[in-house]
Amino acid sequence: MRWLMPLVLLEAAICAAAYLASGLGGSTTDFAVITALVNLMLVLGLYVFTGLSGVFSFGHIAFMAIGGYVAGLLTIPPVSKEVLLSGLPSFVAHAQLGTIPATLIGGGVAMVVALVLSLPLSRLDGLAAGLGTFAILIIVHVVASNWQDVTGGDAGISPIPITTTVTSALIWVVVAVALIYVLQNLKLGLRLRASREDHVAAQASGIRVSLDRAIAFGISGFVLGVGGALFAQFQGTVSPSAFYLPITFLTIAMLVVGGTKSLAGAVVGTMLLSVVGEVLRRVESGVDIAGLHVSGRAGVREVGLAVVMVAVLIFRPQGVTGGREIPWPLRRRSASGTPTEGASPGTDEPPLGEGDDRESHAKQWG
Amino acid sequence: MPVVGLISHTEIVQSAIDALALGSLYSLYALGIALVFSVMGLINFAHGELIMIGGFALALLVGVMPLGIVLVVVAVVVVLAALTMERVAFRPVRGADPATLLITSFAVSYLLQNLAILIFGATPRTLSLGSWLGGSFTIAGNTVQHLSVATVIATAVLLAALVLFLGRTALGLRMRAAAEDFRMARLLGVRANRVIATAFAISGLLAAAGSVFLVAQTGTVTPDMGLTAILFAFMAAILGGIGSLPGAVAGGYLLGITTVLFQVWLPFSLRPYRDAFVFGVVFVVLVLRPQGLIPTRGHIRV
Repeated sequence: MRWLMPLVLLEAAICAAAYLASGLGGSTTDFAVITALVNLMLVLGLYVFTGLSGVFSFGHIAFMAIGGYVAGLLTIPPVSKEVLLSGLPSFVAHAQLGTIPATLIGGGVAMVVALVLSLPLSRLDGLAAGLGTFAILIIVHVVASNWQDVTGGDAGISPIPITTTVTSALIWVVVAVALIYVLQNLKLGLRLRASREDHVAAQASGIRVSLDRAIAFGISGFVLGVGGALFAQFQGTVSPSAFYLPITFLTIAMLVVGGTKSLAGAVVGTMLLSVVGEVLRRVESGVDIAGLHVSGRAGVREVGLAVVMVAVLIFRPQGVTGGREIPWPLRRRSASGTPTEGASPGTDEPPLGEGDDRESHAKQWG
Repeated sequence: MPVVGLISHTEIVQSAIDALALGSLYSLYALGIALVFSVMGLINFAHGELIMIGGFALALLVGVMPLGIVLVVVAVVVVLAALTMERVAFRPVRGADPATLLITSFAVSYLLQNLAILIFGATPRTLSLGSWLGGSFTIAGNTVQHLSVATVIATAVLLAALVLFLGRTALGLRMRAAAEDFRMARLLGVRANRVIATAFAISGLLAAAGSVFLVAQTGTVTPDMGLTAILFAFMAAILGGIGSLPGAVAGGYLLGITTVLFQVWLPFSLRPYRDAFVFGVVFVVLVLRPQGLIPTRGHIRV
C-alpha cells in the first residue's frame, strides 16, 4: 500500500487546509475556501488531460460551462424556468433534481460532448490541438451568450438553489483526487504519461496514443462538468462571462504554477494561487495600514496572479513541485517520487536542452 | 435594381468591400503573429495587448498634437512595448516548446490587460480620429467608407514594404534564414537576439497600424480591445498555416470573407451566432488540414 502514501498525504493536506482556513475565518473566508475547492475541481479536470497527456487545452472551460448550465437548468424550480426560459424541452422544463444527480448529469453531458469532440481533436497534436480547443471555447461562449431561450443569453440563468458548502465541495474534491491518483497509476495513466514523455517511442511501443488521449479528454470533461455544476450551485447563477478567458487563465495558471506533470502540482498550485488571490482581493478592496486607509484599485489581484505565473514560467518552468508527487517523508529512498517512477523515468529530469526539445517537437508535428 | 436571389448587386459589391476591409485588418493582425512565430516558435497571445497599448496611446494623444505626429508616436510606443515584452518575458523562456511559449504569452497578455485596467480603469474611452476617416463616398451606387479604402491600401503598402524588407535587405535575409532553420542560421552567424528583436519590432509596427484602424472603426478604447482581434488573428494564422507569411495574409482575407459571407447568408435568427459558425469552419479546416492551407516548407516548428 506504500504507493498510496502520496495520495493520503495529499488528501490530508487538502482537508487540513480547507478546514483550517474555514475554521479560522468567518463567512467571507468560507466563500474563498469554496471558491478554491471549486477551482481545484476544475484544475483536476484540466490535469487529467493536460497533465497526463502533455497536450495543452485552452477549451476546458467549455466543459465547465456545459456542466454548469446543465446542472443549473436541472435544479432551478420549474416555476422559475417557465417564466424565464421558454425554449426548454419539456423534460428539462419540468425537472427538478437534487444536487447530486444534477451534478453527475452535468458532468456526464460534458463528458459526452468531450468524447464526441475528441474524435476530430485526436487528429491534432500539441499546438494545433490547443488552438482547436480554443475554437471550441469561443463557440460555446458565443452559443451561451445568444441562446436566449435556453441559456438566458448574457444575463444567464438563476435562481439556482445554493447547495455547495465547504464540506460538500471538499467531498467531491477528495473523491476526485483519489480517483485521479488511482487512474494515473493504472495502465491507462502510465500509457498516457509515456506518450507525454515521448510520443514517437510510445507509439512504437504499441500505445494507441490518440485513443488513450480521447479517453482522458472524456474523463477530463466529466471532472470539469462536475466542477461547473458545483460552481453553479455555489454562485446561484451562471452566465457566459463566468465561463470565459479569466477562469481559463486562472485554472491554467494554477496548474502551471504548481507543475503540470503531477497531481500534487495541481493541488499545490491551486492552493498557492487561491491564497495569493484572496490576499490580493482584500488588498484590492482597500486595506488599513497603521490607521491609514489605502483604497485599492480594480485589477490588483489579476496583475498579481499574472506576475506570479510569468515569474514561475521564467524561473521554474516545471512548476513549484517540479512535476513530483509529495514524497513519503520517512524513507529517503522513495523521496524522489512515486513507485511509478520506473515507468516514466523522464518525469523528474530537468527539461531537455533547447535544441533537442525543439527537434522532438518538429518531429512530432512536422 | 436587379435582384439575384434575395441579395441585390449593390449588396454583393458592398459585401465584397466589407470582406476586403475586414480581411485586410485580420491579415495585419495575423502577419504580426506569423512573423514572430516563424523565428521563435511563439504564438504571441499578447499581440492583442500591443494593439490595446496602441489604442490607449491614441486615446491619450489624439487632440493633444496633430494626427500625423500622433501616428508616429503611437508606432514608436507600440514598437518599444513589443521590444520590452520580448526582452523581459519571452527571452528567458526562448527555446521552450511551443505550448509553454503560448502559455507564457497568455500570462503576459493577462498581465498587460489588467495593468491597463489598473491604470486606466475598465470604462471604455471614446475618441474620433478625425472626420475624414468617418466619411464615405459613392461610386456606381455603392457607398464606400474612407476607412475601408485606407485599411486596404495601408495593408497593401505594409505588405509590400515587408516583402521588400525580407527580400532585399541583409537583415531580411537573415530573418528568412532564421525562419527556415533557426539553429542552422545561428551556426552560420545570424544573431538570434537581433533577428528575434527585429521580428518583434515589425510585429509591433503591424500592431500599431492595426490599432489605428480598429480604433477608427469602433471609436472606443478598452483594456480588452485586443482580445477579439487576437482571437480572429489566431484563427487566420492557423487557417493559412501558422508561421507562413503568405499563409497569414491568405488566412486573414479568407477569414474576412467567411465572416462577411456568414453575416450575409445566415438567416436572421442565426446571425448572432455568426462567430460560432466562423470558428466552427476554422475548427473543421484545422482538423482536415492541421498544417494549414499554405504550410511552411520543411519541418518548421508547428
